[in-house]
Amino acid sequence: MTEYMLLRHRDIPDLDQLKVYTKNGGFEAWKNVVTSQEPAELVQLVKDSGLRGRGGAGFPTGMKWSFVPNNLWPHYVVANADESEPGTFKDREIMESNPFQFLEGLMIASFAVQANVSYAYLRGEFWQVGQKLEQKIVELEKAGFLGDNLFDTKYSLRLHIHMGAGAYICGEETALLESIEGKLGQPRLRPPFPAVAGLYASPTVINNVETLTNLPPIVQNGVTWFREHGTEKSPGVKVFSLSGCINNPGNYELPLGATFRQLIYELGGGIPEGRAIKAIMAAGASSALIPATDAALDTPMDYESVANLGASLGSASVIVLDETVSMSWLAQKTTHFFKHESCGKCTPCREGTYWMAHILDRIEDGQASANDVDLLSTVARQMQNKCLCALGEFSTMPVVSSIEKFRGDFLARVDGQNR
Amino acid sequence: MNELLTKYPQEIEAILAKYPPEFKRSAVMPLLHLAQSDPGYVTVQALQDIAEICGIAITEVGSIVGFYTLYYDKPLGRYHIQVCTDLPCALRGADKFLRELCERLGVKVGEPTADGLFVIEEVMCLAACHRAPMFQVHGGGDLVYHENQTVETALAVLDTLRQQVALEQEGKA
Repeated sequence: MTEYMLLRHRDIPDLDQLKVYTKNGGFEAWKNVVTSQEPAELVQLVKDSGLRGRGGAGFPTGMKWSFVPNNLWPHYVVANADESEPGTFKDREIMESNPFQFLEGLMIASFAVQANVSYAYLRGEFWQVGQKLEQKIVELEKAGFLGDNLFDTKYSLRLHIHMGAGAYICGEETALLESIEGKLGQPRLRPPFPAVAGLYASPTVINNVETLTNLPPIVQNGVTWFREHGTEKSPGVKVFSLSGCINNPGNYELPLGATFRQLIYELGGGIPEGRAIKAIMAAGASSALIPATDAALDTPMDYESVANLGASLGSASVIVLDETVSMSWLAQKTTHFFKHESCGKCTPCREGTYWMAHILDRIEDGQASANDVDLLSTVARQMQNKCLCALGEFSTMPVVSSIEKFRGDFLARVDGQNR
Repeated sequence: MNELLTKYPQEIEAILAKYPPEFKRSAVMPLLHLAQSDPGYVTVQALQDIAEICGIAITEVGSIVGFYTLYYDKPLGRYHIQVCTDLPCALRGADKFLRELCERLGVKVGEPTADGLFVIEEVMCLAACHRAPMFQVHGGGDLVYHENQTVETALAVLDTLRQQVALEQEGKA
C-alpha cells in the first residue's frame, strides 16, 4: 500500500498539530457533513461503505447507528478507547499520533445520530494520551470546529474525555457505560441495547477508536473509493497489532484480506533465530489457537475467513507463538489474565476462571495428573454460553483450543513428567 | 468542611461540568484520580468529600476504589512501578525482567523499597506489547510509560525519580 488511511501520521510528519491536519484536508469532511448533509444521508453512506466495527465484533457500523430511535432524546456517542486486550495497541498509536482524525470521526458519528454531547472513554493507563486529547479538544473549540451553532447551523457539539482506572471489562460496552455513570464496571443485561437505553438510559452509540478514525476518509473520498480496499464483505483497511515471537513487532495497516503469511513473514520479518512457527492467536488473549499450518498461514485475514478456521479476527491482535512455547504455559498466562479481570458479576466466569487458574497452576507445577487436563476442559466447557458478556466466554477459548490442538503440551507436564 | 472542594475548587468545577447536572455520580472516577494525585492514595477524608460532592454513600465510593486497579486505599510507595507480564510481554522476556529487577532492588513484588519510594507491581496488559519489557510509573499525579526496557535502564529511571524527590525535599526544607 502506498498511502495510509488510518496511520496517516506515518506519511505526514506532525499530523497531530491542528495546522498540519487541516492543511492536509482535515475537518473538510466535518464541515461538509454539518453544513450540507442530512444525518440520514450520512448513516446511509456509512451503511453503503460496509464499514464494520474494529473493536472486535465486526458489526456493521451504519446499521448500529440506524438502531438509534428518533423519538427518544438526547442521544450520545461514546468512543471506546479502553484498549486492553493483551496483544492490542493500535488505538493507542492512532490517538497518540493521529488524534484529530480520531476526534473528527467521533464528531461525524455524533452528527449522524445528532448527539450534542459525546464522550471518549480512555483506559486510565492512557493518562498522557488523555491529557493530549483534552488539549486538542480545547484547540478545536477555539478553532470553531466544536461548540454551539457550528458553521452557523443549529447543530452544537461538545466532546469530553472520561478516564477509566484499570479494568479490562470496561472495554465491554455496557460495562463502559456503567463506568461513565460512576459505577462498578459490570456488564448490563440486554435487552435493552445501548442504542435504545445506553448512557443515562438514553440512546447511545458506542464505537471503537479505529472504527471512528475510518469515518473522515469515507466521507471525504466516498464509498467506491473505500470499497477498493479489502474484501467484499470486509471492506477497508485494518490496523493489525503484531506481537509475540516475531522479529518486527508493531502495528501494520493492511487491507482486510491480507494473509497471515504476508503479515508475519513479509512485514513482521518472521520468527527470531529462524525458529518454527507453532500457532497464531488472531484476536489477542481472547483467541482460539490457530495451528500454524501452511493453509492457515495463507488464510486471508478478514472476518469470514478467520471464522472459517474456527477462530475470530476480533480486533486483529496477532500474537505469534513459536515452537518453544508450551501451550499449557500459555493457557496459564491467559487464564490468570481473565481471572484477574473478571468483574465477578456472573458466577460461571468468576468461579470458572478461578478454578481454571488453579488447575493450570497445578499442571505447570508438575502436581497434576492426566485426569486434571480433562477436568480443566470440562470446567471451561461448562462456562460457555452462561455469562452476560464475552469475557467469560473468551477466557475459555485459549484453554479449550490448546487442549484440543496441543494436548501433548499438557500431557508433558502431568504425572510427574514436568519439563 | 469539604477539604477536597477547598483544595481544588476550579478542577472540581471543570469535572462536574462534563456531566449532566442530574448525574453528578459520573464525577466519582475523575474525582478519585484528583484526590489521590497528591497523597498517592485515597484517604478516608477524600472518600467522604467525594461522596458528598456526588451525592452518594461513602461505601459506594469505596467500592469504586476497590474495583479499579489504579486507585489505592493505602500509602504504599510513592511511585508504583507496574510491570506488564501478560502473554505478549512474557514472550519478550517480561517475567525474567520483573524477577531480575526485584532481585536488584532487594524487594518482592508488592513490597515497597526500604526508602518507601517505590513498590514494584505486576500488572495486566498495558497496550505496549510490541515494546516489552515495559512498565508504567504511576504516582505524583502522573502516569508515564517506559518501553523497550532492560534492568539497567529501569534502574536508571528509578534513580532519576529518586533524585527528583531529593531535590523536591531540599526545596521544601
